[in-house]
Amino acid sequence: MQPDSLIAELQNKNPKAFERIYERYSESLFGVIYNIVRDQHLAEEILQDVFIKIWNNAEAYNDSKGRFFTWALNIARNASIDKTRSKAFKNKKKNLTADFYVDILEEKNSFANSVDAIGIKKYIKILKPYCKQIIELLYFKGYTQAETAEELDTPLGTIKTRSRNCIQSLRDILVK
Amino acid sequence: MNIQEYISSGILELYVCGALTEEESKEVSNELKKYPEIEKEVEQIENSLNQLSTAAAPYNPNQLLAIIKNKLHLVDNSKTIPIRKENKKTNIVLYIGWAASIALLIGLFSVLQDRNQLRENLNVVNAQKAKMEQQINDAHASAEKKEELLAIFRDKNMVTVPLDGQEVAPEAYAAVHWDKQSKKVYIDAKNLPTPPEGKEYQVWSLTLDPLTPTSIGLLSNFSDDENKVFMLENINSSQAFGITLEPKGGSESPTMEQLYTLGTVKTS
Repeated sequence: MQPDSLIAELQNKNPKAFERIYERYSESLFGVIYNIVRDQHLAEEILQDVFIKIWNNAEAYNDSKGRFFTWALNIARNASIDKTRSKAFKNKKKNLTADFYVDILEEKNSFANSVDAIGIKKYIKILKPYCKQIIELLYFKGYTQAETAEELDTPLGTIKTRSRNCIQSLRDILVK
Repeated sequence: MNIQEYISSGILELYVCGALTEEESKEVSNELKKYPEIEKEVEQIENSLNQLSTAAAPYNPNQLLAIIKNKLHLVDNSKTIPIRKENKKTNIVLYIGWAASIALLIGLFSVLQDRNQLRENLNVVNAQKAKMEQQINDAHASAEKKEELLAIFRDKNMVTVPLDGQEVAPEAYAAVHWDKQSKKVYIDAKNLPTPPEGKEYQVWSLTLDPLTPTSIGLLSNFSDDENKVFMLENINSSQAFGITLEPKGGSESPTMEQLYTLGTVKTS
């Protein structure tokens, strides 16, 4: 459930609400940021900036536009992509775009308590190659439906149904 | 609207990922408010994606919260309160320590002050004691001298000659106590005025027919002698005694204008 009252409290500048929001979303956003920059120190810096923006711009969030999670996700992805566009970052990291979130998950052995580690490992094993790409672009990179269609040279409608299928298989495993 | 069809279209996944246009997102938000099934579906999509990226995080970044709050100047209630409590405790201990030190210092200072005061008092008392001892000694000496004088005056061989005041000093009075045996005279000059600077009383023995004065001595250091009793030698067979005021050192013959007292010896 979207914590509407918590978000309202955040918008009222309640530090306790900010803490709760951080507990709820920070690790997930950290994963998204890390997947883009692939540097723990840089990812920490970006995460700090993201939560500072969340605090400062909380009143700009409006639930008629979308989910709070999606709003925060956009801030995190945009901040991370901004970093990858800097010259220093480009010189340091080459061919990063070739790496998928799946690689991180495959290499990783320990997961947070909130994560169904066995489910995630299982999911990676059964994941179809197009799911890897679609989830990477739509969720982790923040591509729009149109951008993803163009990137994968796939019709718009296909992107929609495939994203449904790919995420559905993840849900099936995590629910079981 | 067919809710099930709407859900399975895949639009909700795109909605959560933020892959829809602004227009499309607004529409989904409206539907979500209308249909609890759609909202539930959106929550499940969100939770699964949330788990997926949480799994991609290198570690839980919970240690960054304090740094972020610090940057935002948010008061960290959960962590600073116990620290402050500790501070309060140490502060109290510190205050007690300081208070004890100050109290001890004040104590030491007052003890030192008392000690100095006592020492000073002791000095004063000692000085007073010395002074009193001196006074007692003086009194003893004075008493002895007076007893001696009394003994002399009571002597039956003593001839007392009162000398009355004369023209220059009618109020003046003196007495001569003459011990004929030891040929000594004691001049009691208690009621003579103190001589002015540079002058001295001179005592004369007189024989009357013809009037012949013979000096028997000076009352030197007149003001120093408390009893004003002066002892002089008198070998003459005096018929009268007189005291004149003379220049210091005395004169050959009495200055009659400065005759202070005069008295004749009674013949019995």
